[in-house]
Amino acid sequence: MTDTVLEAENLAVTYTGDRRVEAVKGIDLSVPANRLTAVIGPSGCGKSTFLKALDRLHDIQPGVEVSGEVYLRGDPVYGTDEPAPELRRRIGYVPQEPTALPLSIYENVAYGLRIHGIHESKQDLDDRVEQYLRQVDLWDEVDDRLDTPAAGLSTGQIQRLCLARSLAVEPDVLLCDEVTSALDPISAENVEETLAALAEEYTIVMVTHSMNQAKRLADEVVFLYLGEVVEANGVRSFFEDPQHERTKRFVSGPAEDEYVVSDAD
Amino acid sequence: MDRYAKQRAVGLAVRAATALVLAVMAVVIGVTLARGGRVLLADPAIAITPPGSRYMLEANGGFLHAMLGTAFIVGPATVVSMALAVSTAAYLQSDYSSERFSDAVNTFLNVLWGTPPIVYGVFVLTVVIAVGARTSLFFGIVAIAVFQYPIMTRYTDEALRSAPDTVREATYGLGATRFESAVVTARAALPGIVAGLIMGFARGVGDAATVLFTAGRSTRMPRGLFEPATTLPVLIFDQATSFNAEVRSHAYAASFVLIVIVLGLILASKLLAGRYARFAPGGRNS
Repeated sequence: MTDTVLEAENLAVTYTGDRRVEAVKGIDLSVPANRLTAVIGPSGCGKSTFLKALDRLHDIQPGVEVSGEVYLRGDPVYGTDEPAPELRRRIGYVPQEPTALPLSIYENVAYGLRIHGIHESKQDLDDRVEQYLRQVDLWDEVDDRLDTPAAGLSTGQIQRLCLARSLAVEPDVLLCDEVTSALDPISAENVEETLAALAEEYTIVMVTHSMNQAKRLADEVVFLYLGEVVEANGVRSFFEDPQHERTKRFVSGPAEDEYVVSDAD
Repeated sequence: MDRYAKQRAVGLAVRAATALVLAVMAVVIGVTLARGGRVLLADPAIAITPPGSRYMLEANGGFLHAMLGTAFIVGPATVVSMALAVSTAAYLQSDYSSERFSDAVNTFLNVLWGTPPIVYGVFVLTVVIAVGARTSLFFGIVAIAVFQYPIMTRYTDEALRSAPDTVREATYGLGATRFESAVVTARAALPGIVAGLIMGFARGVGDAATVLFTAGRSTRMPRGLFEPATTLPVLIFDQATSFNAEVRSHAYAASFVLIVIVLGLILASKLLAGRYARFAPGGRNS
């Protein structure tokens, strides 16, 4: 039994806007260390909502109720005195939309290091920025223009920059929300390769609506449908021997075209 | 009329309207610059000479009092107004404010924006009378600040609103506090905020109605916060209605200075906005 980094217990999220919508209905999930867990399911099944709930990102959004528990290495994420920013540092989050902070390439990576004081000297900061840019295979593409605005990079490069930025604050777990869905096929492939490499030393939870991507990258697969877990299993058993009728249908064919968006193969 | 003829007609109308606006602007600026420039070139010192004791009658001395009055009134007013505007806009954007409240405040600000400045002048004048004070630099600052506030708030609010939510989310995701996140979001919104600052300043510099009743139409150098003062637009009005032809010619010189300041500010806002836009999401580095 591998140790668990992140654990959700009966986690539910309800939007309380014009009408109440229970987007996530009491999910239990354990995320094992140093593995890539893929959360899959059709669009609108609550994947992104669930992922944000793990990082307490609904706190900053009005009209959302979260109930249930999340534990990060045994520490409660909700209902704790520890300030949310400290918890969020330990849980990296890469949004679906490639988002460059309105800063230079260098400062994008240095941002988290600065606000958390994770560096001893200017040299140390430089080294760390380089280290994380290398880790996402971006260094060689940008090392001659670190001071230029990050907004000038291509979307694929920005998405890798987002990964570097998130890794730089040394999180215990990295949450990735459909990080390739806004990218062209070639950029998507680059980001996927980066993720595959990172998966060897990081704990990653990746939301995707692409089965093929889950098949290629994941160790564990969780299938969400309408805010509930239908099935969770190791990647091989999940795809080769699905237990539930709905999983079988989902796995056996792209019944809805959104299942296969962004997949070249 | 076939659709292409229609398209040509509309295109022609649009171009004609643009040409008309440009022509009017060229005439106004051209005449002011030419006539004011002639007066100023003949005697540049009038812009930096204090007025004589009978300046409005005999044109002895210059209009330094209005130059300083403008700086002393609009400068502090802009600072005060900007601080209030940024706080208000930040509040409207924040998690503390509900959507409905923001909408209500924005409607209110639009009404304020549309209120003729003379109304602010009269409003502050009633305050001046109520507290038993007299018109002074201080109340000029108050009136201009009240006048600038809705302009700057709307600009700032728009700018912050247009900064993508994803930036906020990304910074929170990295463990930023509300304040740290706001600093980065503000940076994305900076072009708009700077534009608001400069537009507010330019409007403040150019407005006569607000200071007419509140700062005192003084014809002497400003001597203190609670002493009367005047600004360029009010001075221009007084000069232009003077009996003395030389004083009237000074009105062109003062207009020249005013127009150069306002044009300069608008140009500066363009340049600064472009400079900061390089870092904005979606911007391109050049």
